[in-house]
Amino acid sequence: MSRPLSWAKANLFGSPASSLLTVLTLALLWQVVPPLVDWALIGASWGAGDPERCRAAGGACWTLLTERHRLMLFGVYPYDQHWRPALAVALFIALLAISANRRCWKPWLGGAWALAVMIFAALMWGGVLGLAPVETSQWGGLPLTLVIAVLAIAVAFPFSILLALGRRSGLPAIRAVSVGYIELVRGVPLVSVLFMASVMFPLFLPEGMTIDKVLRALVGMTLFTAAYLAEAVRGGLQAIPRGQFEAADALGLGYWRSMRLIILPQALRLVIPPIVNQFITCFKDTSLVTIVGLYDLLAASKAALNDPAWRPYFVEGYLAAALVYFCFCFFMSRYSQWLERDLRQGNR
Amino acid sequence: MIMQDPPIVELNGVNKWYGDFHVLKDIGLEVARGEKVVVCGPSGSGKSTMIRCINRLEEHQSGCIVVDGVELGDDLKAIEAIRRRVGMVFQSFNLFPHLTVLENLTLAPIRVAGMTPAEAADTAMALLERVRIPDQAAKYPGQLSGGQQQRVAIARALCLKPKVMLFDEPTSALDPEMVGEVLDVMTALASEGMTMICVTHEMAFARAVADTMVFMDEGRVVEVAKPALFFDHPANERTRRFLGKIIGH
Ligand SMILES: Nc1ncnc2c1ncn2[C@@H]1O[C@H](COP(=O)(O)OP(=O)(O)OP(=O)(O)O)[C@@H](O)[C@H]1O
Ligand SMILES: [Mg+2]
Repeated sequence: MSRPLSWAKANLFGSPASSLLTVLTLALLWQVVPPLVDWALIGASWGAGDPERCRAAGGACWTLLTERHRLMLFGVYPYDQHWRPALAVALFIALLAISANRRCWKPWLGGAWALAVMIFAALMWGGVLGLAPVETSQWGGLPLTLVIAVLAIAVAFPFSILLALGRRSGLPAIRAVSVGYIELVRGVPLVSVLFMASVMFPLFLPEGMTIDKVLRALVGMTLFTAAYLAEAVRGGLQAIPRGQFEAADALGLGYWRSMRLIILPQALRLVIPPIVNQFITCFKDTSLVTIVGLYDLLAASKAALNDPAWRPYFVEGYLAAALVYFCFCFFMSRYSQWLERDLRQGNR
Repeated sequence: MIMQDPPIVELNGVNKWYGDFHVLKDIGLEVARGEKVVVCGPSGSGKSTMIRCINRLEEHQSGCIVVDGVELGDDLKAIEAIRRRVGMVFQSFNLFPHLTVLENLTLAPIRVAGMTPAEAADTAMALLERVRIPDQAAKYPGQLSGGQQQRVAIARALCLKPKVMLFDEPTSALDPEMVGEVLDVMTALASEGMTMICVTHEMAFARAVADTMVFMDEGRVVEVAKPALFFDHPANERTRRFLGKIIGH
């Protein structure tokens, strides 16, 4: 018997039950795949055009993406200035790629990020170097999603480490504050944290003082993410044997040095999966900022589909938006698996 | 022994409780510079607790402990300074698994003593020569045998040039065939004049190396004597029973 045939016999028709499953699966695929191919490829309309073209083609309307992708990606940002958010996004993605390399985990990377955030802000806001000023209320789409996710994660992560250490602190006041914060934030939905940050928070500010809407959403996301991350980090701290703390103490390292050099490097690598899980959750949860009136990628995509002529093709639009979310999340997930393996190779 | 020098470690009327449990009862002990003290006693008698009080891994509740002229109190900075002058070797090695052997040894000299990485690496290599494993410097602790790990741990404890070394049953987590290599290193260290306080049940080592034997039972120091006297004519009935048990078989 040839290789493929014996493979099929062993793996697909090994027992009556698995034969039945194989047949059912094939039948299902037969039902689903041809119409899908028909819709997505054969009957689809590609390239530029108007909704009429899609109606005539009958299949998937990829023309929608050609015509509307800039609205989906950049929202209501002034159309002739779209190169600015595009550049800003490219900058962030490039820096994310650099940060993924463990050899680049040096102090300069922090500086590079600070610089990138400044350039990002300058590009998006304008008002400097002859760039036309653009209000944050006009920001939208992918740059908004990215900046909220990246900054929320970047600030929440160190904050969560402090919270986790605080929760294990020997000082009752610090412990109480940490526990109180974590439990309080974990006890409410993200939507209400965002509402609080965006509606309630300004009420407490003195008359005339306002905080930018994007910043408020960012603060809400950060506070929320930090509470969850803190619990993941605490799990890692708890898994470190007492002997490690004692050995660090016995060398006279002191609290902060022993945490930074001995305990956290070990604890954090133990909890990479739950931490990355939280990063992914945070990235996807940015789509909730729409409830405080911000147009993130999902909301911008939705708005781009508002034109009655294009509305029948919302599936294509949402599929495209989903694909963007998926790319980022899938990258984070694969990266964390790689990082875990890479770090494990180091010791033993 | 030079008795006119002030003792480098001095415990006076030290008491410690875990909740209601009175672990250390009125402990008094003086260790002179260069002296080798071996502490033994039945399990649960408080040996580890006492030795861990000396670098304040445990806190005592009354009495006073003076190490190298500094009394251990609530001053964190003073305690960190004392800890740098006191090396400690644990039963379970406690090497840092995410760092190589060399990094384990250079961490404290670089971060605490402010040595340059090159200086620290030189010192570390010299110490690894002393514990006879210079060829393992680039490995991670998980790649070494128990005996090798414990020798690295001794080298790590020596890396800040301590004045006193504390050993808490350094050989009891080891396979029998590795006990010898660790004891050899400790014997060599003793012959170089290091002050050592060592909890161990290796009686042959104790007899060969110790200047003073200390026997503890139920949280008390029951007997302090020269090894010759301690092993051959123990004064206390409990010491006699204990020695009978562990030397008998
Ligand atoms: N953290 C703690 N909380 C409560 N009791 C403790 C604690 N640590 C130790 N003990 C108790 O204190 C007593 C002395 O413990 P210690 O570890 O000092 O004994 P030891 O002489 O070193 O014994 P071994 O030879 O088994 O190591 C034991 O009865 C032990 O159960
Ligand atoms: Mg013990």
